[in-house]
Amino acid sequence: MRHLLSTGDLTRDEAVLILDTAKELAQVGERSVKKLPTLRGRTVVNLFYEDSTRTRISFEAAAKRMSADVINFSARGSSVAKGESLKDTALTLQAMGADGVVIRHSASGAARRLADWVDGAVVNAGDGTHEHPTQALLDAFTMRERMGRLEDLRVAVVGDIRHSRVARSNVLLLNTLGAEVTLVAPPTLLPVSVGTWPCSVSYDLDEVLPKSDVVMMLRVQAERMNASFFPSAREYSRRYGLDADRFARMAEHAIVMHPGPMIRGMEISAEVADSPRSTVVEQVTNGVSVRMAVLYLLLGGAMQTTGNQGETR
Amino acid sequence: MTDTKRYLIRDTRVLGGERTDILLGSGRIEQIGADLPADGAEVVDAAGAIALPGLVDLHTHLREPGREDAETVATGSRSAAMGGYTAVFAMANTDPVADTAGVVEQVWRLGRDAGYCDVHPVGAVTVGLGGRQLAELGAMADSPARVRVFSDDGMCVSDALLMRRALEYVKAFGGVVAQHAQEPRLTEGAQMNEGVVSDRLGLAGWPAVAEEAIIARDCLLAEHVGSRLHVCHVSTRGSVQIIRWAKSRGCDVTAEVTPHHLLLTDELAESYDPVYKVNPPLRTAEDVEALREGLADGTIDIVATDHAPHPSEAKETEWGQAAMGMLGLETALSVVQHTMVDTGRLDWAGVARRMSATPARIGRVTDQGRPVAVGEPANITLYDPTATRVVDPSAMASKSRNSPYVGMTLPGRVLATFLRGVPTVLDGKIQ
Repeated sequence: MRHLLSTGDLTRDEAVLILDTAKELAQVGERSVKKLPTLRGRTVVNLFYEDSTRTRISFEAAAKRMSADVINFSARGSSVAKGESLKDTALTLQAMGADGVVIRHSASGAARRLADWVDGAVVNAGDGTHEHPTQALLDAFTMRERMGRLEDLRVAVVGDIRHSRVARSNVLLLNTLGAEVTLVAPPTLLPVSVGTWPCSVSYDLDEVLPKSDVVMMLRVQAERMNASFFPSAREYSRRYGLDADRFARMAEHAIVMHPGPMIRGMEISAEVADSPRSTVVEQVTNGVSVRMAVLYLLLGGAMQTTGNQGETR
Repeated sequence: MTDTKRYLIRDTRVLGGERTDILLGSGRIEQIGADLPADGAEVVDAAGAIALPGLVDLHTHLREPGREDAETVATGSRSAAMGGYTAVFAMANTDPVADTAGVVEQVWRLGRDAGYCDVHPVGAVTVGLGGRQLAELGAMADSPARVRVFSDDGMCVSDALLMRRALEYVKAFGGVVAQHAQEPRLTEGAQMNEGVVSDRLGLAGWPAVAEEAIIARDCLLAEHVGSRLHVCHVSTRGSVQIIRWAKSRGCDVTAEVTPHHLLLTDELAESYDPVYKVNPPLRTAEDVEALREGLADGTIDIVATDHAPHPSEAKETEWGQAAMGMLGLETALSVVQHTMVDTGRLDWAGVARRMSATPARIGRVTDQGRPVAVGEPANITLYDPTATRVVDPSAMASKSRNSPYVGMTLPGRVLATFLRGVPTVLDGKIQ
């Protein structure tokens, strides 16, 4: 495996290896000196074409905990703002000897294109409405920590599935890991070919909730609210928001997840978001461990012996 | 343009028939027969290649004026000659838009001066392709360019009333409105065909119904006002069905399909390589099959290239930012052979109708698309269908390199192209 572009590229063994490695590396974060020498001398570039402080800091912390040199590149105010193309930026990074590039971009496929142009490992930190593989991995990690397993776990993913890179990566990864996913959304926010996806689909949150072990709420972006995907924020909230009444109808052991940032009051009520059964904060913590594992396995070379990812590219 | 020089094409087969010779002189076909004496004429050894009437492309983008970095009338018409074309219709979405007599006359003169093929400008239907006000269609029709095809290609004339008016108005001079069928609201932000692949790739979808709805509407409008409608680059199975239905009602509609829609599918987008980004987008294998069937049974009348050159920086980028369009002129005949002839769906006479005679008829040009027969204008393409070639970008005459076939092995090779008796291509090389 040279890159992490899509969770669909991961075999079950590779995905489990990442989660197991993340579990080991998580212990580093509990020490007083949160540092390993593992990637000393390696250079990781955070190439962020789209603002995402949370994800960038998570990757930066992950790389630094393993002693990698980190270069943060923000498109804003850079050569990109002056019109430099992604390819030219890639060639520059190549010339500077970047061992790994973490890319966040508003265009679907940007990470895949970058991988065509650089020799180093490319990690997709979110590309358009395509994928966000490390988010799905940290979600799976969190579920496994909380529930003790992923096999046969019933996961409901609720909200704007159509435009969600998180949902897409989660469906692929959770299917690989044996969980049962149900997507819940109004038909306008589901992909047209969702019938071919390896999951179930429902328009009715109330019907799905009691049967779910995990309820993952997605963010509804403001621009959808005025684009006729649904009549109003109020109606959306009534039909698909997770409020206290709905929360009370969930199974007692079930957990609530959200990739953040949350819109409290619309997609999730404050009471639910702050409940002990909400994993929102843990997800952030686990994100660092999972990103450490991904960088370690890609840049440390350990994963090259475990799979044949190169052939799927 | 004619040449006093005479040419004897030795050992060819007209539309793949019996072996024969063809003598060209004074811009016309002087004789056809076996073992004609050279009699001072320059001999062109066709070695059993097929003689086709010079190809006519009803849908080419030459980019001049405005985007000469991508293509010029001169380089585009050289590219056309390399592909076996003797006439092309140059689309109006230039900068400035070809929506006045001045611009269409400029394009026409540039084509005439280049001399590689006849260049017939297409006039814009609406001012600036804006879709709000009819351009001066009559002035363009009366100009030296004698425009007969009007299109806002790249943009759809989505306003039903304006489309009706355009269809009615061009009847005054025998014109035709060539519609780029794309319902704009249904394709806002669209990046590729809407379906399984677009969902997988997270690219916004261009649904088939956005094309089909406009075609259905326009066929009914054309029928209502008794006018001619031409549908550009049909790409879906549903569109073929609608056109078949409209023709059965007696609607005077013609339609074109591009070579790339006859061969390529949306799965190629998996690479995120924007060389496959085109409008309308590459569709599914089922659509491709329906398009081949429609072209074979005459529902789709012609093959048109939609040759859309772009400089490398417009394609070597993220998919979402990349320009739409692909080259077509230099590979069209090979792709048609591969998809239609080698599969037994069309013979060479059928190819000649769909790539020469019918496009000339739709565009109302009389000295192109004529049969290869004594006394006819000597517009001839010599094509060797037994050859194969790996598509090589460095061998292309176009100024751009955005061909989806680069590196692909395609059948056939254009050996020579004659425009009114003058070779524009000989031995596969531009003259």
